[in-house]
Amino acid sequence: MSARLEKPIFEYSVPGRAAEDQWPRDPGPDATADLPAALRRTKRPLLPEVSELETVRHFTRLSQLNFSIDTHFYPLGSCTMKYNPKACNSLAMLPEFLARHPLSPETVAQGFLSCLYELQEMLKAVTGMQAVALSPMAGAQGEYAGVAMIRAYHRARGDLERNEIIVPEAAHGTNPATATMCGCVVREVPVNADGDVDLEALKAVVGPKTAGIMLTNPSTLGVFERRIEEVARTVHAAGGLLYYDGANLNAILGKVRPGDMGFDVIHVNLHKTFSTPHGGGGPGAGPVGVSARLAPFLPVPLVGRRGDRYCWLTDRDLPQSIGRLSGFMGNAGVLLRAYIYMRMLGREGMAKVSEYATLNANYLLAQLTRAGFDAAYPERRATHELIITLKRQAKELGVTTMDFAKRLLDHGMHAPTTYFPLLVPECLLIEPTETESKAALDAFVKAMGEILAEAAKEPERVTSAPHTMPVRRLDDVRAAKQLDLTWKPTGAHAIPTTS
Amino acid sequence: MAFIPHTREDVEAMLAAIGVGSIEQLFDEIPANLRLGALAGVPESLSEMEIGRLMAERARLDGRPLCFIGAGAYEHHIPAAVWAIATRGEFYSAYTPYQAEASQGTLQLLYEYQTMMASLTGMDVSNASMYDGASAMGEASLMAVRANRKSHSHRILVPSTVHPHYRKTAAAVAGNQGLVFEELPYSMEEGRILPGALDRYDGQDITALVIQQPNFFGRLEDVDALCDWAHARNILVVAVVNPTSLALLKPPGAWGTKGADIAIGEGQPLGVPLSSGGPYFGFMTARMEHVRQMPGRIVGRTVDAAGRAGFTLTLQAREQHIRRAKATSNICTNQGLLVTAATVYLSLMGPGGLERVAAASHARTRELTDALTKVPGVRRLFRGPVFHEEALAIDRPVAPVLESLAARGIVGGLDLSEHYPELGQALLVCATETKTTADIEHYANALTECLRAARAA
Repeated sequence: MSARLEKPIFEYSVPGRAAEDQWPRDPGPDATADLPAALRRTKRPLLPEVSELETVRHFTRLSQLNFSIDTHFYPLGSCTMKYNPKACNSLAMLPEFLARHPLSPETVAQGFLSCLYELQEMLKAVTGMQAVALSPMAGAQGEYAGVAMIRAYHRARGDLERNEIIVPEAAHGTNPATATMCGCVVREVPVNADGDVDLEALKAVVGPKTAGIMLTNPSTLGVFERRIEEVARTVHAAGGLLYYDGANLNAILGKVRPGDMGFDVIHVNLHKTFSTPHGGGGPGAGPVGVSARLAPFLPVPLVGRRGDRYCWLTDRDLPQSIGRLSGFMGNAGVLLRAYIYMRMLGREGMAKVSEYATLNANYLLAQLTRAGFDAAYPERRATHELIITLKRQAKELGVTTMDFAKRLLDHGMHAPTTYFPLLVPECLLIEPTETESKAALDAFVKAMGEILAEAAKEPERVTSAPHTMPVRRLDDVRAAKQLDLTWKPTGAHAIPTTS
Repeated sequence: MAFIPHTREDVEAMLAAIGVGSIEQLFDEIPANLRLGALAGVPESLSEMEIGRLMAERARLDGRPLCFIGAGAYEHHIPAAVWAIATRGEFYSAYTPYQAEASQGTLQLLYEYQTMMASLTGMDVSNASMYDGASAMGEASLMAVRANRKSHSHRILVPSTVHPHYRKTAAAVAGNQGLVFEELPYSMEEGRILPGALDRYDGQDITALVIQQPNFFGRLEDVDALCDWAHARNILVVAVVNPTSLALLKPPGAWGTKGADIAIGEGQPLGVPLSSGGPYFGFMTARMEHVRQMPGRIVGRTVDAAGRAGFTLTLQAREQHIRRAKATSNICTNQGLLVTAATVYLSLMGPGGLERVAAASHARTRELTDALTKVPGVRRLFRGPVFHEEALAIDRPVAPVLESLAARGIVGGLDLSEHYPELGQALLVCATETKTTADIEHYANALTECLRAARAA
């Protein structure tokens, strides 16, 4: 990796320079003469004036400052950073798909709609749910749709008291945040020492105010919730519904289905299990699947079929829908990528994904344990991911999880997820995914072992890492206190870009 | 096919290291009665060559009609460099920049994006993007409730000239937290907020006023007067704007005496293809005083341990992974890949190029309107200037006319009757710089024939 930093694009800007080949012809000054002066812009925006080559070079150099799946091992737990097949991108970007306007008539959309319809059907099959809506644009929006449907269901039955959502204390932060966005009150339940939900505590918390519970299985602790059927019975008996956060579907694809476990609603992160790109933080896609009783509340639009024609279903077809969550059809191009990936996997490939993801995680767990690391749940199988805790190393050597994470970057590997779940002290949540080879896993174990040895011998080398990246550790406190959120013309910045 | 690199020898060595006899044994914690048998409902796997054939056939079914719809998604020229850069693996296959030292490329790009969007909208700060323009309006309404401490009503005024899908989405995204969206009527002559529509709210507790410019009909609202009316009553202003139009039109930060408080919009016109509605990205900018109420990721510039400049995610105390149930939003991702495309697009266009795109789109729409209103039975619905869309009345039912146009390879516009039945047989059309005089003539001729045929039928 080049350690060279790249100056902001605005510092390449020269008045009068332009990538003019990209501009349309000048329609002349009269073309806009009808726009009233009072409504017109008077000062030009701060956009760079640069050539096409300068632009390409600048952004190519910026790209080279990133770690990515294509360039580095990226075992970020709970994020499923698997290989994104190139065909999924190139076929979703066929010119006809790119050019199709979202509001163009169904008669010129049969190709696109057929892909979406079949995607709905495949997602029903792999999740065991009765109906699927594709439009939620990210996992968090899928969660929102799920909880909003649970609320709408209770309301439609005239059961207006149910406003409590139960989440296990280990849940992802979006779960409680979603419950709040849906106007619900969050009740947390503890998990017991081996990582399963504390059933007695759950029984104590459910009641006539319970709207539902948000769970993922395998849980965020990287283990399978063994008493899931009892959890389902308990919540259902109290009149609540079960929501499945599909973040961890990679562990169970083709092996067990949320619908069969008793869940009423699920969201699926297509950018995890179905390998659509993470794009530096999005776009994601979070389709939702539901049991029959929640189907009337699905977000619109859906794709339906009448005879041999595919069509949109809107709130006219689903009058009880929770409504529309996006301007058009969610992240349509992401849906196409997932469709292509699922067709390539096919029936046979689905189970292979979870088998090899699980093999890789359990292998890493075994080898890391041999290398002197502590499993958070040593008596349990790993699922598609595993958690180790560096509590002992932090105490004995004064080297924290954050230090290990930063030092891994020097070894050319992206760090696993750190300090999540919050329940496990000094933890690393590691998800290798099925697309990594044994050699890549062995290299990770070796790097972890070397860092551990270094931590004993030369701890400051670890606590001051990274040493080979474009920047050293960044001052986050300064970033939040002396807010610098936009570039200002020369002179305003006291910090030199290069050393 | 599952993109798995393991050889048989690898698998055997790994199972031995774990101490199990088979991969199947690794699933022994799942209750046996829950285990799935064969996965019916998923077809057999396809090779890359086979899926390539299939997708090419599906694409051919949809064809490439000549498109004259806007209505919130606009066809603009996208320089080849935009997606060549955005699909580089280093951007395409990276995740949220949690490890800042290994993500300086994405972080710096987001900082440059924030700079461009803040300046384009005339505001102080920008976040790193939202899902899309419609959902951003919901988030902006929630933000206004948090930011307007003088108001306790949670009432948001939304003109019916705001995109109908935006109004529906905002209600779905924000309605569960008790926000009430109240519709303002529009003038059937002007296609703008009805003068005097605000009078009845004088003296009432209102949290925010939403103003879309240009509005759904392409028409220009009197943003200065609307903004000042709101501010005089401690009502926050949420601007919904088209980013291309801001090269020509007054940015929200300059509306009225004080400027809008929050600006949002659909970022798609900035280098993102139409692609059936997504992925797009919503932008959101605001005045500095509201920055701590913003949802979503924000990137800041700071220093590293060696005193050099670097970039990091900042103000994270607002977000769900820290604040959990008390976060400003449950939003987790932004639309990073689309923001990458937009930042490259804005760099290639520069201030002059974006002005050119806006002016050419405006000019083409006037040309289109002139050509179509010469067709017998077609007239403009509203008087006064537009940006790059125009509402037309036609003397025959719209849906069948659009269908016959589609059969001739023309997507002729949006039937307004679904959302505005009071307008009668009305059509919303758009032209951007991508349309030539020949395209426009082709459309006018086709429309003449379709209407003639409809009358004869």
